[in-house]
Amino acid sequence: MSGGFGELQDLYGEVILDHNRRPRNFGRLPGASHSAVGYNPLCGDRVEVYLRVEQGRIEEIAFEGVGCAISTASASMMTEALRGKSLEETRRLFASFHALVTGAPAGGGSTRAGFGGEARAEAAGSSAAGGALELGKLAAFAGVGEYPMRVKCATLAWHALQSALQSGAAAAQLEPEPPPGSKETS
Amino acid sequence: MSQPTTSAPPRAAAGGAATASAAGAAAPSYDLERVRADFPLLAQTIHGRPLIYLDNAASSQKPRAVLEAIAGCYRDYYANVGRGVHRLAQLATTARERARETVRAFVGAAAAEEIVFVSGTTEAINLVAHSYGRGRRTGLAAGDEVLVTAMEHHSNLVPWQLLCEERGASLRVVPIDRRGELDLAAFRRLLSPRTRIVAVAHVSNVLGTINPVAEIADLVHRRGAVLVVDGAQAAPHLTVDVAMLGCDFYAFSGHKVYGPSGIGALYGRAELLAAMPPWQGGGGMIEQVRFEGTTYAPPPQRFEAGTPNIEGAIGLAAALDYLTTLGLNAVAVWEGRLLQWAAERLGAIPGVQLVGSARERAGLLSFLVEGVHPHDVGTVLDGLGIAVRAGHHCAQPLMEVLEVPATTRASFGLYNTLDEVDALAAAVERVREVFA
Repeated sequence: MSGGFGELQDLYGEVILDHNRRPRNFGRLPGASHSAVGYNPLCGDRVEVYLRVEQGRIEEIAFEGVGCAISTASASMMTEALRGKSLEETRRLFASFHALVTGAPAGGGSTRAGFGGEARAEAAGSSAAGGALELGKLAAFAGVGEYPMRVKCATLAWHALQSALQSGAAAAQLEPEPPPGSKETS
Repeated sequence: MSQPTTSAPPRAAAGGAATASAAGAAAPSYDLERVRADFPLLAQTIHGRPLIYLDNAASSQKPRAVLEAIAGCYRDYYANVGRGVHRLAQLATTARERARETVRAFVGAAAAEEIVFVSGTTEAINLVAHSYGRGRRTGLAAGDEVLVTAMEHHSNLVPWQLLCEERGASLRVVPIDRRGELDLAAFRRLLSPRTRIVAVAHVSNVLGTINPVAEIADLVHRRGAVLVVDGAQAAPHLTVDVAMLGCDFYAFSGHKVYGPSGIGALYGRAELLAAMPPWQGGGGMIEQVRFEGTTYAPPPQRFEAGTPNIEGAIGLAAALDYLTTLGLNAVAVWEGRLLQWAAERLGAIPGVQLVGSARERAGLLSFLVEGVHPHDVGTVLDGLGIAVRAGHHCAQPLMEVLEVPATTRASFGLYNTLDEVDALAAAVERVREVFA
């Protein structure tokens, strides 16, 4: 990629392109204890997340679905990042990830990670204590902050995950407020 | 069903005679550079590159004449309309009624009273669904049927679903064939003595298909039903003549014909409008108001409650004047050439699939890039300064029929150039490289 493509390289970095090409942990998970569908009515993207949770820890995680490169890579990298994590670690990671892709200041109170006020407060605390470090490879999504229309692509799988953990089955909620102008017209 | 694919380049939108002369033309019959200079917004860069605006089916840009007409109204003669005796009120009222006359001439209606100003196509269709569909003399009863097509935009589908649900009527859907054309044989079969309303897009916003409205109108009228035409994607590209089309209602939006957003028009046959009750109450739509009851103004005022979008109507008229001065036939011929060139260039790229291959098409081209989601296509193109639409285009049921979650759509306007189409093709090749 060259010439006038610099900004796009920030969005479509090699790691993201790689996970889009070869999604990890793709497919159904037999014996899942939790699952939920994330659906984005604005673009028709759909991702289903499967989990096997034991004693508060994600033992196995997989996903399947149809989506853009950002949502596919995000789901794939989420599954890699969360295997073996405790639910508490999962909450904190989502809060950090959410702050990253929405361009929210680290440790700011504006995340909409949606695990409830308590989790937000903890996430803010962990961010302040260097929570961004736990993002690891997920930091590849920093470029999404420049593309408000694509935030919901990056968070779709995470919302499905959240939904799976909360209810075990219900459809995931989208970002509470779509960015301005995101309403589909003809 | 499988996705309609393009095997042959589409024919141009306008009358067949014009098509031949457009084949291979390098420029429209009007001065393209001067026309582009009429649209101030086009002269900008996006991400450091010249803007290439190929999202005209979503909304088109505005010529200076429209901006000036709107500014002129506010600057020189603005007042509320239809209810003042003072000079400014008269000027504003006259200008708005002149705009109605401009719309009348644009769609070929018999009388200006057949033109109702609305906020856009969506409101126009909702007006018909509410007033005609629920009227004491015209409304649907349980068991009645409404016929729509598989290629309708949500705005020509959901209002009918709401109506059917409320009235216990049923909604029937005319399928499309693999080219993306209406299955007219199925249409004939689905028309029944219970059919009361048929709602059809003149031009599909996803496939570009031009539907045979006149033929459909004939079938519909033989069954005693009425035909509602969604003209949102047709009005910018085709000469619209409601008398020739034979439709009962025709709706279009200002913002897609180079006019302002928030304004549009509904044509309704005079005797139908006369039989329809108001759908919104308020000022301007009454004849006499008493607490015991109110009598209503004749059409079109009956359907225009409240202070209207005054400058919008005036801006819309300026846009229609601009379009008719260039000549809709000249515009259609040029856009047909752009479409044909785009189909040829994109169709030649390995892994690119064109969606829709109707024999009569206008204005736009939907396509898929193998292995790349349309949103990623759209984002990469944006990075190269090219504005296209990616998504389901408010036609989710059609996406299901096509078995795709979404498409990328390039849509053309009178100011687009062959060079821009070349840039689009080069950018799509770039997309293939990035996601290879």
